[in-house]
Amino acid sequence: MKDTNMTENAVTTDTPKITARGVQVYYGDTHAIKDVDVEIAANTVTAFIGPSGCGKSTFLRCINRMNDTIPIARVEGDIRIDGEDIYDKRVDPVQLRAKVGMVFQKPNPFPKSIYDNVAYGPRIHGLSKNKADLDEIVENALRRAALWDEAKDRLQQPGTGLSGGQQQRLCIARAVATAPEILLMDEPCSALDPIATAQVEELIDELRQNYSVVIVTHSMQQAARVSQKTAFFHLGHLVEYGETGKIFTSPEDPRTESYISGRIG
Amino acid sequence: MPTSWILLILAALGIVAFYVSRARAIGSVDGDARRLHSLPIYYGLNGAMTALVPALLLLAVWLVVQPTLLDRSILSDLPDSAIPEGSTPGLVMGDVRRVADGVEQGFAFNQFGTRDLSSLNTEAVGEILSAGGTALGTPLTADVLSAAVDYWQARVVLSWIMAAAVIGIALIGTAWAIRKSQGEFRARNVVEKGVLILLMAAASIAILTTLGIVLSMLFETMNFFRQYSWTEFFFNLTWKPSFSGRGGASELGILPLLWGTLYISFIALIVAVPIGLFAAIYLSEYAGKRFRSIAKPLIEILAGIPTIVYGLFALVTVGPLLRDAFASPLGLGNSASSVMTAGLVMGIMLIPFVSSLSDDIINAVPQAMRDGSLGLGATQSETIRQVIVPAALPGIVGAVLLAASRAIGETMIVVLGAGAAARLDLNPFEAMTTVTVKIVSQLTGDTDFASPETLVAFALGLTLFVITLGLNVLALFIVRKYREQYE
Repeated sequence: MKDTNMTENAVTTDTPKITARGVQVYYGDTHAIKDVDVEIAANTVTAFIGPSGCGKSTFLRCINRMNDTIPIARVEGDIRIDGEDIYDKRVDPVQLRAKVGMVFQKPNPFPKSIYDNVAYGPRIHGLSKNKADLDEIVENALRRAALWDEAKDRLQQPGTGLSGGQQQRLCIARAVATAPEILLMDEPCSALDPIATAQVEELIDELRQNYSVVIVTHSMQQAARVSQKTAFFHLGHLVEYGETGKIFTSPEDPRTESYISGRIG
Repeated sequence: MPTSWILLILAALGIVAFYVSRARAIGSVDGDARRLHSLPIYYGLNGAMTALVPALLLLAVWLVVQPTLLDRSILSDLPDSAIPEGSTPGLVMGDVRRVADGVEQGFAFNQFGTRDLSSLNTEAVGEILSAGGTALGTPLTADVLSAAVDYWQARVVLSWIMAAAVIGIALIGTAWAIRKSQGEFRARNVVEKGVLILLMAAASIAILTTLGIVLSMLFETMNFFRQYSWTEFFFNLTWKPSFSGRGGASELGILPLLWGTLYISFIALIVAVPIGLFAAIYLSEYAGKRFRSIAKPLIEILAGIPTIVYGLFALVTVGPLLRDAFASPLGLGNSASSVMTAGLVMGIMLIPFVSSLSDDIINAVPQAMRDGSLGLGATQSETIRQVIVPAALPGIVGAVLLAASRAIGETMIVVLGAGAAARLDLNPFEAMTTVTVKIVSQLTGDTDFASPETLVAFALGLTLFVITLGLNVLALFIVRKYREQYE
C-alpha cells in the first residue's frame, strides 16, 4: 500500500491547491493553532493526524471558514485557495463553502428524504435547470458515494432511517452533489463499523480523481491507507508534513516518531 | 370516638410496627444485617405499610359511605307526614342533622337537665336547642326530634364500631408484618411494589379528574337538552336568554358565541404566531448571548401579567385608539369594544407562549444540522428556513396550539375588550362576545339551577371542550404526518 502511494505521489502536480501561511487560531484566550504553514496539492488525499486537541480539526475548519460560525474563534494569517485569499473581505464565506465541501465526524443527514438531502446543495446554489437535471445530479452523487444501489428504491424515505455507514455515505453524496473542488472530512469514519469504514475509504480514494481531499483521522492505519501526504499536528503546531510513506517509515521529528509508534497521544 | 383520635392511634401503631418489624428482622439473623434479603429499613417500612394502608383505606371508605347509608336509613323510618308541604326530604334531613348536633351538644353540657328527652315536650327541647345555637328551618316537630335522637345515637354507635374496625385491622396488619419480618422475606420488593401503586394512583387521579369533569358537564348538558331542543341550540342564529319570562321565551343559539370565539381567537393568532415565531428565530439563531439573556426574561414577563390587566389595557387604550384611528374614519362603527381590540390585545398576551416555547424547541435542534447546512454553502437564513424550522415543526405546532387553546378559553380580555353583546357579524370593529363570557354571565348572580338559561352554560362548556379536543387531535395528526425527525 505504501509503495503504491509512493509511485502515485510522483505523478501529482506541483501547483498547490491550498496554501496556508502563518495561520494562528484563537478560541477566546486559548491559542489553538500556532503558526501553521502548509501546502496542499490538488488531486491528492492529505491526512491530518495527531493526538486529541492538537488543533487538526480546527485547522480543517479554517479552510472553509466554518470557524466563522463560532463567535469566540479568531483566525489570523493567510490561507489561499488557487492563489485567492479566502479571508479577504470580498470573499463570501457562503460561496467559499459551496466550493469547499465538508463531511463531519458524526453523520448528520437532514431530517428530510434521501433525495432532498442530496438535492439540498444543488437547489440552494441553483445548479440544476429542471427536475430531470436535478434527478441526474442526485443519481450521480449517490453513485459516487456508492449508495445508489442501496438507496435507489427508497429515495423518498427519510435519510435518518439509513444505517450509520449509509448515513455517512449520504453525507458524502450531499457534499459531492454541490460539485466542490475541495472536500474536507473531519474524522468521517469515527462513528462507523469496519465494513462501512472500508467502503468510505474506498470512496475517498475514488474521489481523489476529481477533488483535493483533506481528511482528519485518529487512525494512523487509515491515514496510511488512504492518503498520499500526511501532516502531524501536536499542541497546535504543525510538527511534520510530507509524503505519507516517509512520515510513517522515517519521520524526521522525534515527536512524530513517538506518536506513530504509540508513545505519545 | 373522634376521627382525629383514630388517626393518632394509627400513627402510633405505624411507628411501633416500623421499629418492631425492623428489630425482628435484624434479630432473625443474629444482628448481621448483610444476611438480610433487604436493607433493615425496608422491613420497617413494610411493617408500617402493612399496618396502616388497609386501615386507612377502610377509614376513608367508611367516612364516605356512612353518612349516605345513615341518611337513607333514618329517612326511611321518617313518616311521610314529617315532610311538610313545599319541603323536600333533603331539607328535612338537614334539620335532622342539625338537631342531632344540637342534642349531642345539649347532653355534653347538660342543657336539658335530664338524660331522658321524652320527659320534656317538643317545644321546650326546641327552645333549649335554639338557645344552644342550633338554627332550625321550621319549628321542631316530634317526628324530627325522634329522628334526630335516633340519628345521634346511631352515629355514636357507628363511630365506635368504625374505630374498633379500623384499629383492629391495623393491629392485624401489624401482627402480620411482624410475623413475616424474617431474614429471607423480600421486604424491598414489597415496599417497591407499594411505591409503584402509589405512583399509579397519582397518575390515575389526573385522568379520573378529567373524566369526572367531563361526566359532570355531560350530565348537566343532558339535563339542558331535555328542556331545550338541541337543533335550536346548535343552529339558532340568535342568543337572547331571558331570565324573567321562563319557558320558551329564551333563544339560546350557540352560533353567535362560537363565531365570536373563533373570530377573536383567529385575530389573536394572526398577531401572535408570526411575531412570536420571528422573535423566537431571532433570539435563538441571530441574537448574541447577552441580548438573549436580557430579552428572553423580558418577553416572558408578558406571560406573567394577569389577563385582567390586559383587559384594562384593551378597554382604556387600545379600544378608543382603534375606534378613533380606524373604525370611525372608515365608517365601520363607533364602538370602542370590538373584536379587533380584544383580538389584538389577546395576540400580545399570546406572544410569549409562542416565542418562548418555539425558542426552546429551535435551540434543541442539534448543532450538527446547522453545521451540515452551512458546510454545504447555505446561508444562515436558508439553513433556518429549510432545515431548522422543519426539524422544529412539531414543537412549533405544539406551541401554536397551546396559544390557540389559551385564546379560545380567554374570558377577561374579551369582556373588557369586545363587550358582551352576542352578534353574528363580519365587521371586526363591532362588539361581539365569546362562549366563555356567556358561561360566566349565565352562572353569576341569582341563578336557578333547573332552568335552561343556567344549564346552557354546561352545554356551552362541553362544546368548547370538544372543540379544543378536536384541535388537539388535528394538530397531533398534522405533526405525525409532516414531522421530520432528527436523531
